[in-house]
Amino acid sequence: MGQGYDLHVAVTTTPKLDAHRVRADFPIFEQTFHGKPLSFLDSAASSQKPRQMLDAMVRFYETSYANVHRGVYELAERATEGLELAREKVRALLNAPSAREVIFVRNATEGLNLVAYAWGLVNLRPGDVVLVTELEHHSNFVPWQYIAARTGASFRMLPLDENGELRLDELDAVARDGEVKVVASGVVSNALGTVNPVDRLSEWAHEHGAIMVADAAQAAPHRALDVQALGCDFLAVSGHKMCGPSGIGALWGHAELLEAMEPFLTGGHMIRAVGAEQTTWGDLPHKFEAGTAPMAEAVGFGAAIDYLQGIGFDAIERHEHELAAYALELLAELPWVTSYGPPAERRAGIVSFNVDGVHPHDVAQILDYEGVAIRAGHHCCQPLMRKLGVAATNRASFYVYTIPEEIDRLVAGLHRVRKALG
Amino acid sequence: MGEFEQLYRELILDHYKNPRNHGLLDPADARAEGQNPLCGDEVSVSVRLGEGGVIDEVGFEGRGCAISQAATSMLTDLVKGRTAEDVAAMPKEELLDELGIPLTPVRLKCAILGLGVLKLALHKAAGTPLPEEWGTSARDLVLD
Repeated sequence: MGQGYDLHVAVTTTPKLDAHRVRADFPIFEQTFHGKPLSFLDSAASSQKPRQMLDAMVRFYETSYANVHRGVYELAERATEGLELAREKVRALLNAPSAREVIFVRNATEGLNLVAYAWGLVNLRPGDVVLVTELEHHSNFVPWQYIAARTGASFRMLPLDENGELRLDELDAVARDGEVKVVASGVVSNALGTVNPVDRLSEWAHEHGAIMVADAAQAAPHRALDVQALGCDFLAVSGHKMCGPSGIGALWGHAELLEAMEPFLTGGHMIRAVGAEQTTWGDLPHKFEAGTAPMAEAVGFGAAIDYLQGIGFDAIERHEHELAAYALELLAELPWVTSYGPPAERRAGIVSFNVDGVHPHDVAQILDYEGVAIRAGHHCCQPLMRKLGVAATNRASFYVYTIPEEIDRLVAGLHRVRKALG
Repeated sequence: MGEFEQLYRELILDHYKNPRNHGLLDPADARAEGQNPLCGDEVSVSVRLGEGGVIDEVGFEGRGCAISQAATSMLTDLVKGRTAEDVAAMPKEELLDELGIPLTPVRLKCAILGLGVLKLALHKAAGTPLPEEWGTSARDLVLD
């Protein structure tokens, strides 16, 4: 057994996160950009990586690497153990009943496509309704729109109010359009930071005989998740947004649903027996994990989960609330800046805004010269951008390593933008 | 000169704040629209051709970043009085030389958006070749 895979989790009761100390774990901040320190305010797109996670991956490659599950030699067993331990860490992160309900995928998008194809293609038909939200990331929008069109089911959007929060009062009007079979919603909006009431959506979905599919890619990095409390049937996360490597994510689903589903991708590893006429599928989770698994990525994902749990999700959530409130307060002092989304107490560490008369691309470019990295664009949420009446927004997003000084540099940069182009 | 001053040099800012040939022509021989899906830049271009396929008038509207709008404005100045055939064959480097600023691959797409849309309008008006910048997506745009 390699050194990197013990079950030890550093539990800390520190209520407040020390972002300066956390930041020292992230090698990326040792560089300068355009001669300035890096102010990385684009963690909602992808987070930076702590040394602890990188070391775990290197250690796995150096001491425990072989293909998993099939080898009988010790090294292969060690690799299998690494992969399965990571699966258990994801299970614990989500408070899922069983690790066999945790399927490793490339990212949340792949997990959501798995559900749309393997469940949706078989179970949807004309007269059925698939309901997504107007706030949805394309990852939980486009697969459902596509599968609805292929099956003849109708595709509906739950609208937003002026704060960017879901209009739950519109739910019953949607139910009158047909038999609701799928409700799909993000747990936290990547564009506005809105925290959605997924538990209430789950309850409503189940009252109508529908499944509830939650996209937690933007929630899992920032808050404790509990699939049992959320009451959803499927939930997808991406490792790269939560200090893990790219190329690994997980889908959790109820065992009964997963067992009844056809496979998504077929090939090696996911089989029980292959014959000339017919092939039978392996047990969960293997039925949905065709081909060689992203082993080192899974180990890295597990190490990232350890890292975040070491900081503590309560502390992370509080830290981000403070940063969002600070940013919103500073932006509110600028009459030429419009910010979008709910009040700080009901949002994650994401702030979307526009500078009057200046396209977000120009804002982001000028900020880059100040070493400030933000995202400019539609954030994979074109339906939401239309609702807001804008082509794009600027988005600053925060994480465990974000310090208030970075937000100060953002605001100083915005003054420069205003001076140049406003 | 800093990077900021290089990219947002005075000429660019002038074209952005005071765009030339702004507004769509009515009547026009053809009109085309295009978007940069990455950032939502939009440009519409209309053209009126005279004798021998010469571009008599060109007008544009759009919304987007300073680079995309300034580049389209400069482009309209650059092509007036030239033949549709000549402009359809114009390499993007000619426009980029005129812009005279260092561009990353992402910003390059902003800078040549207007050129692609203009070539699409010329294709509709005079049957000149489709813009190579857009590959096959240009064909979809012609159909609608």
